[in-house]
Amino acid sequence: MIPDNYLYILLGMGIVTYVPRWLPLVLLSNRRLPEWFEQWLDLIPAAILSALILPILITTGEPRHLDLLRPELLVAVPTLLFAVRTRSLAGTVVIGMLLFWLAGKFI
Amino acid sequence: MHSDTHNNRWTEILKDGVIGAWPICLGYLAIGLAFGVIAQKAGLSPLEIGLMSVLVYAGSAQFIAVSMLSAGAGFVPIVLTAFTVNLRHLLMSSSLSTFMRNPGTGWLSLFAYGVTDESFALNSAKFREGRWDWRRALVLNHTANLAWIASTVAGGFGGEFIPAGAFGIDYALIAMFLCLLIFQLRGMLYVVVALIAGVLAVAIALLIPGNSYIVIASVIAAALGVTFRRRRLFSGAEGQP
Repeated sequence: MIPDNYLYILLGMGIVTYVPRWLPLVLLSNRRLPEWFEQWLDLIPAAILSALILPILITTGEPRHLDLLRPELLVAVPTLLFAVRTRSLAGTVVIGMLLFWLAGKFI
Repeated sequence: MHSDTHNNRWTEILKDGVIGAWPICLGYLAIGLAFGVIAQKAGLSPLEIGLMSVLVYAGSAQFIAVSMLSAGAGFVPIVLTAFTVNLRHLLMSSSLSTFMRNPGTGWLSLFAYGVTDESFALNSAKFREGRWDWRRALVLNHTANLAWIASTVAGGFGGEFIPAGAFGIDYALIAMFLCLLIFQLRGMLYVVVALIAGVLAVAIALLIPGNSYIVIASVIAAALGVTFRRRRLFSGAEGQP
């Protein structure tokens, strides 16, 4: 059932999604930042990527629980090794997909 | 100088940005189609789906919004949820701001619209690698955005265009994140920070519903990393700010 105020809901969602994307870029670009803050920002990509990916690999369900036997995790191990060895983004994406596809066939 | 101006011709910039976006487009195709199919089953027309993808452009928030809409939730809970789910972009835009040299506020605002987990991860790696700039990053963001809009609308027509699980396409973004994580590990300090962030994220994810674990774990892990760097505990920070 789609409510009458659907468009307003979208606009509301759009604004609260856009502002956090926009504010730091406008406030921080081209500005000299304190050294500790630059060091902190320099570590953010490694931290976020790990925080994004690890829970996807080893937790599942609602409420979430640990599951160390997910195909996502089994495939991640050779995919990671391939990434370390080749440092190729294209190759890693293709190998990951291929292995996950095979895992779906055989597991 | 000459080759520099050549590389910054707009055709080159467009080409680099569009080609650079391919892993995201592949992943968005799979998730976007899935989203479109679910939204259509919840009663949204392809137009209403496309409007959401244009106005919100945030995968997980859109999935949650559709399930809340079908559950009869109203304006305030849906918008508040979108806000909390998408707050993590605050961190990503802050980090990206260190690479944005001199685009005006207008271009920055256009770029900001396209900041997602995926475009953040890919642009961060490309900025590090070099031969990347805000114009290419902007094209990459909007190529990914177009892929998202097109695949969600296509899914909204109800077709299962790609059979579920075909070619492992569901794994495209996970594989991309894994590889981009490896690219970010430029020394022992980064490895330690990533490990702390990952373990914290899992622990928090098990304790608290929702996705606040991403922001909490990253903020704490990076802060610990700064103190480690001060005490010169781990190598790998040479030449960094």
